[in-house]
Amino acid sequence: MTDMAMNSGSHISIRGVHKVFQSGGQDVYALKAIDLEIAQGEFVCLLGPSGCGKSTLLNAVAGFSLPTSGGIDVEGAAITEPGPDRGMVFQEYALFPWMTVEQNIAFGLQIRGEAKEAIQARVGSLLELLHLQDFRKRFPKDLSGGMRQRVAIARVLALDSPIMLMDEPFGALDALTRRNLQDELLRLWLELRKTILFVTHSIEEALYLADRTVVMTYRPGTIKRDLRVDLPRPRDVASPAFNALKKELSLLLMEEQNRHEQDEFKGAAVD
Amino acid sequence: MKRYRHAASGILVPLAALGFWQLLSTMGWVNATILPSPMQVLIKWWAYLRPLEVFDPAQGSYLAWCFSGELIQDALGSLYRVLVGFLIGGGLALPLGLAMGYSKVAYGLFNPLIQVLRPIPPIAYIPLSILWFGLGNPPAVFLISIGAFFPVLMNTVAGVQNVDSIYLRVGRNLGASRLTQFTRIILPAATPYIFTGARIGMGTAFIVVIVSEMIAVNNGLGYRILEAREYLWSDKIIAGMFTIGLLGLGIDTLMSRLSSRLLRWHRGLEQG
Repeated sequence: MTDMAMNSGSHISIRGVHKVFQSGGQDVYALKAIDLEIAQGEFVCLLGPSGCGKSTLLNAVAGFSLPTSGGIDVEGAAITEPGPDRGMVFQEYALFPWMTVEQNIAFGLQIRGEAKEAIQARVGSLLELLHLQDFRKRFPKDLSGGMRQRVAIARVLALDSPIMLMDEPFGALDALTRRNLQDELLRLWLELRKTILFVTHSIEEALYLADRTVVMTYRPGTIKRDLRVDLPRPRDVASPAFNALKKELSLLLMEEQNRHEQDEFKGAAVD
Repeated sequence: MKRYRHAASGILVPLAALGFWQLLSTMGWVNATILPSPMQVLIKWWAYLRPLEVFDPAQGSYLAWCFSGELIQDALGSLYRVLVGFLIGGGLALPLGLAMGYSKVAYGLFNPLIQVLRPIPPIAYIPLSILWFGLGNPPAVFLISIGAFFPVLMNTVAGVQNVDSIYLRVGRNLGASRLTQFTRIILPAATPYIFTGARIGMGTAFIVVIVSEMIAVNNGLGYRILEAREYLWSDKIIAGMFTIGLLGLGIDTLMSRLSSRLLRWHRGLEQG
C-alpha cells in the first residue's frame, strides 16, 4: 500500500532491477540496480550502445525475460508474464507471414474472443488510422519495411493496450521512411496518449521523439543519465537547442562506446 | 518469342535421342527383342491403352468403356495404392511429427526408435509384409505407408522445431493460449516444411508402389512390366516404363502446384 502511494502517478515502476547472465562461468550484469519511474502517457527513450542492456530492460518490462532481482510494476501490479496490456513492436516486424495485413491486425482481437463485427470495425478503423486500407489483403512479403512496421503498430494498437514497448522499431528503415514513421508515431501518441517505452541507439531519434531520454551504460547496464527533453513539438532537428542536446548526449554515448570497444579488444587479446 | 525458343531448345535433346534410337532399330544394329524401335513402342502403347472389347451399351456406360483399357486399369490400381498408402503413412507421421517437434519429452521418447528404423529401406520390409499380410493390396499399402511415413515425419519435426521464436513471443505478447499458439502460429509456420515432406513422401510412395506390385500384387504398372518380361515384350516394358514416368511427373507437378497455391504467403519469402 505504501509502495503504491509512493509511486502514485507512475505507470511503469522499475525498482532495483538486476539482470545477471552466466557467461563462461562468470556473472555478467546486463542490468544493475535500475530504478526508473515512467508516468502515464510519457514517451521515454532508452538510449545506448549495443550491449548496454536497453533491450534486456525492455524485454523485462514486456515479461519475456524477468529480472534476476528487483521488481517491475505496471499500474501497481507486479509483472510476471507477457501480456496484451504491454504491446510490443519489434525491429524485425515479426508479422505472421501466413496472415494478410488485416488478419495480422485482427489476431489479438480474436485471441481476446471479441465478436466478429466488432473485430471488423476495429480493424477497419486501424487500417484507416495507419493508411493501410489499400493493403488489407496483402501478405507481409509483398509490403515494404515501412508498411510492415505500420501493420505491426496497428496489431499492437488493436488491443488498445495502455503501454507500447518498441524495440528499435525503425532501425531497419531508410532515413525518409524512418522520419515519416516517427511523425506518424508522434501523431498516434498525441491522439491516443499511450505510455511509450522506446529503445533506440540513434541520438537524433531519441531527441526527436521522447519526453525523456534515458542513457544507459555499457556493461553493467546502469542509468548514466536521465535527460528531460523539453523542446516543443514538432521538433526542429536543425535548431541550436536540439543540437546542443545532441552534442551533450553524443559525448555521453561516446564514453560508453569506447568502453565497449576496449572491452572487445580485451576479449580479442585473450583469445 | 523468347519463350518459344526456350521450349524449342528443350525438346532438342529428346528428339535427338529418339532419332538415334530409331536409327539403331532401322539399321538393324540391335535385336528388336532387346530394344524395339520407338515406333513399335508407340504402337504397343496405344494397344495397351485402348479398350480391349468393342463398345457395347449393354455392358455399361461409354465412359467406363473408355477407361477399360489395360493401361488405365493398371494406372488406376497403382494410383489407388499410392493414395491409400500415402494417406495412412502421412496420416500417422503428421501427428507424431507435430508432437515430437513441439514437445522435448515426446522427441526424447520416440527419436531413438525412429533413428533406428529410418535407415531401413521400405523394400527391406517386403518379406515381413508378405508374412504378415499375404498377397494383394494390404502388403503393398503397408510398404507404401512406410515409404511415405519417414519423409513426412522428419520434415514435420523439423518444421515445428524451426518455427522462429519471435512469432511465439508475439503470440505470448498478444495473450495467446498454448492451444492458440499451436494452431494459429506453430502449425501454419511449419506448413512449408510439412508440404515438402509430403512431396518427398509422395515420391517415395510412387517408387515403392512399383516395387511392391512386382512382388505382391497381380495388377498395376509394376506388375505389368514384370509380366511383359516373361513374354519378352520389351515394347510393352518400355511403354509401361514411360507411363510410370509420366504418372510420377504428373503427381509431382500436382503436389507442387497445390503447395504453391496453399503457400501463396511463402513464395519468394526468402528473398523479401
